[in-house]
Amino acid sequence: MAYFRSHVLVSNDPAILKEGGAEVKDALLNEIRKNKLSGEVEIIDTPRISDGKQGPEIMVYPEGYHYIGLSAADIPFLVEEQFLKGRAVEKFLAPTPREKAQELRAPTPKEVRVVLRNCGKINPENIEEYIAENGYVALAKVLTECTPDDVLAIIKASGLRGRGGAGFPTWLKWDLTKKATGSPKYLICNADEGDPGAFMNRSVLESDPHSVIEGMIIAAYTIGASQGFVYCRAEYPIAVKTLNIAIEQARNYGLLGKNIFGTDFSFDMEVRKGAGAFVCGEETALISSIEGKRGEPYPKPPFPATQGVFGKPTNINNVETYANIPQIIFRGPEWFASMGTEKSKGTKTFAMAGDVKQTGLIEVPFGITLREIVYDVGGGIKDDKGFKAIQTGGPMGGCLPSMYLDLPVDYESLTSAGSMMGSGGMVVMDEDTCMVDIARFFMEFTQAESCGKCVPCRVGTKRILEILTRICDGKGKDGDIETLEMLCSQTIENSLCGLGKGAANPVISTLKHFRSEYEAHIYDKKCPAKTCKALIHYEINPEKCVGCTMCARNCPVNAITGSPKQTHVINPDICIRCGICKQVCNYEAVVVT
Amino acid sequence: METEKLNTVLFNPLQDAKAKAEIDAILEKNKDKPGSIMVILNELQNTVGFVSEELQQYVADYLHTPVSKIHGVISFYSFFTTQPRGKHIIKICLGTACYVGGASQLIEKIKQLIGIGPGETNADWTITVEECRCVGACSQAPVVVIDDEIHGRVKPSTLAKLLRTITTEEKIA
Ligand SMILES: Cc1cc2nc3c(=O)[nH]c(=O)nc-3n(C[C@H](O)[C@H](O)[C@H](O)COP(=O)(O)O)c2cc1C
Ligand code: SF4
Ligand code: SF4
Ligand code: FES
Repeated sequence: MAYFRSHVLVSNDPAILKEGGAEVKDALLNEIRKNKLSGEVEIIDTPRISDGKQGPEIMVYPEGYHYIGLSAADIPFLVEEQFLKGRAVEKFLAPTPREKAQELRAPTPKEVRVVLRNCGKINPENIEEYIAENGYVALAKVLTECTPDDVLAIIKASGLRGRGGAGFPTWLKWDLTKKATGSPKYLICNADEGDPGAFMNRSVLESDPHSVIEGMIIAAYTIGASQGFVYCRAEYPIAVKTLNIAIEQARNYGLLGKNIFGTDFSFDMEVRKGAGAFVCGEETALISSIEGKRGEPYPKPPFPATQGVFGKPTNINNVETYANIPQIIFRGPEWFASMGTEKSKGTKTFAMAGDVKQTGLIEVPFGITLREIVYDVGGGIKDDKGFKAIQTGGPMGGCLPSMYLDLPVDYESLTSAGSMMGSGGMVVMDEDTCMVDIARFFMEFTQAESCGKCVPCRVGTKRILEILTRICDGKGKDGDIETLEMLCSQTIENSLCGLGKGAANPVISTLKHFRSEYEAHIYDKKCPAKTCKALIHYEINPEKCVGCTMCARNCPVNAITGSPKQTHVINPDICIRCGICKQVCNYEAVVVT
Repeated sequence: METEKLNTVLFNPLQDAKAKAEIDAILEKNKDKPGSIMVILNELQNTVGFVSEELQQYVADYLHTPVSKIHGVISFYSFFTTQPRGKHIIKICLGTACYVGGASQLIEKIKQLIGIGPGETNADWTITVEECRCVGACSQAPVVVIDDEIHGRVKPSTLAKLLRTITTEEKIA
């Protein structure tokens, strides 16, 4: 039998062959022959290697290198590097699953994984793997040994509070729906996760969907619900797909449907997709949306617990809230309550983004300080720059400066510091971030997402945004800060739902902690962080410029002129201050003033 | 190319036997679900690619609902479009992390490379560029989504290579 040193899988999928795959294969055979490698490298036809969206692709064993996006012209180089020199060709390598999953790293010592314990460890599309990790044991216990009141008592003892933002005690909400009259009763999982910068719920849904499903079934049993909905935002197609697979498998295992575990309890659920409206994360808007209507909030009461979706008693919790339930039952409420602070028990997931060295998903016990999160878990600020602020709570949260770094994180302390827990977005900002610009950015988001139903929110956010934009554009006027403060307090007081009530928070918190930056923009026409385009200029330092032409070639508007090896010059009238030249210059010759 | 463009513009799914069969199947499957309108519109948007006024009327008739109600829902949610879009959709994430991570530079670069900016479709209907909200891949910011596939840590200098997969525009090759 011939012994081959390498095996190369080549996709013979018709679609890929048509897209240049045939030429790639011919070139490959040719090059192998030319380099006298025919006895060493075996070419094997195979159906699609990946989803085939990345063009012609090959897989090289034993190394397991997956090369994508190939064209025939790339092959001679690839064959030479890979088979003659034995080196991987980075530029064609497909990102490995690990790299894709790098949003979840190995936990640092200060992290505790409860909600994320299975993420990345089990195959989310195989219910057996969840069961092997003690999955559905809690459900079996609940259905065979506990009355609904027993479950309520366990959840109450655990101290679990809602992870969707407001931190309402979960047992109390369940109890209200349980006691409400009306049938059927519904159960909703809020998977609308709309805060920009937050993706904790997506990770759980995509990598451990059964923990949410199990939590929902237990909740349904407790309150007496017969039908559940997971309302998932349309931006998360993979989460929807994974959930649907998981629901189907749970149904096949008799965990959903009629007479679960042979008891007389029946419950089923389905996924409903949102369609890109942030306000639908608010519970009354979400209910309207599931009913097939415009996702506009309505005034409470009536609360969902008494009159929710289709006018029936409805319990609504966040993804992470449900994902905690099976663990609380399985490991006991005492274990859960041993983590955290007096009023906030357990752990919380955060999506850490921005200027920290290690961005990504983290799970930490309540009570950890912001400093520990930024420096121990996040590894500190990128490029060892200075810390400026941390933003929590999403577009309705606030920016906290360094004086709050030793604040222990829990619901109450974040709120009293002028921010909020929110669902868990966390953006760390370094000294180069302009706080007026950040406030403007969040206001742009909220203004665009205001559903427009009530005037204070619709008009207030618009007026606030106008003023912030004006300040960033260098056209701020004396009195703008006072007008902002007045508008903010009116919007907070008079808006109907949480969106309008929270919209001004980023402005208020930046005004409070970074007022001098506002003043610099308005009175000195300067952006201290050198971010606001109207207030900065890009220039080339002739002492440093070596005339490599890099900047001129990359400038999107051709604002840079100069001959090779000569000092280059930026025309300020054409320059759009995108900063690309600064990024590409290897000689630090581009400066911002 | 010209005829292809015309076809896209004039494409009426209700006059196309295959598309119409798909539309009817979606309506039939979901019409009795509580809250069916959202489910149906989501599926139509996915399958047909847009929900034109004519299609809205068709749905309204099918469900015995006033068309104003359908239109109200369509206009509320940003995912629903009433007009066809290009064959490929490039979305630039403008969520917090991506914004801070340089999304606006990517927009400038895309304009330079393919000549269109957010909200625009190119002349031969092959590409539509859109801005989008956080897609939940913030740790890889800035993010560009091409036909539902997420590409992270995109730099202005690596955009051309990415776009090569969907266009043969000269400036990119
Ligand atoms: C504008 C707005 C957006 C919201 N977005 C979300 C969201 O994306 N996910 C979520 O779980 N809760 C969100 N909430 C909170 C919900 O209204 C609700 O409080 C939560 O789903 C209750 O679940 P919990 O008790 O498990 O926290 C939002 C609230 C407001 C006002
Ligand atoms: S506060 Fe804003 S989002 Fe909430 S109901 Fe009023 S207009 Fe709509
Ligand atoms: S990239 Fe830098 S060194 Fe090169 S021409 Fe531009 S400014 Fe000069
Ligand atoms: S901000 Fe772009 S993916 Fe979250």
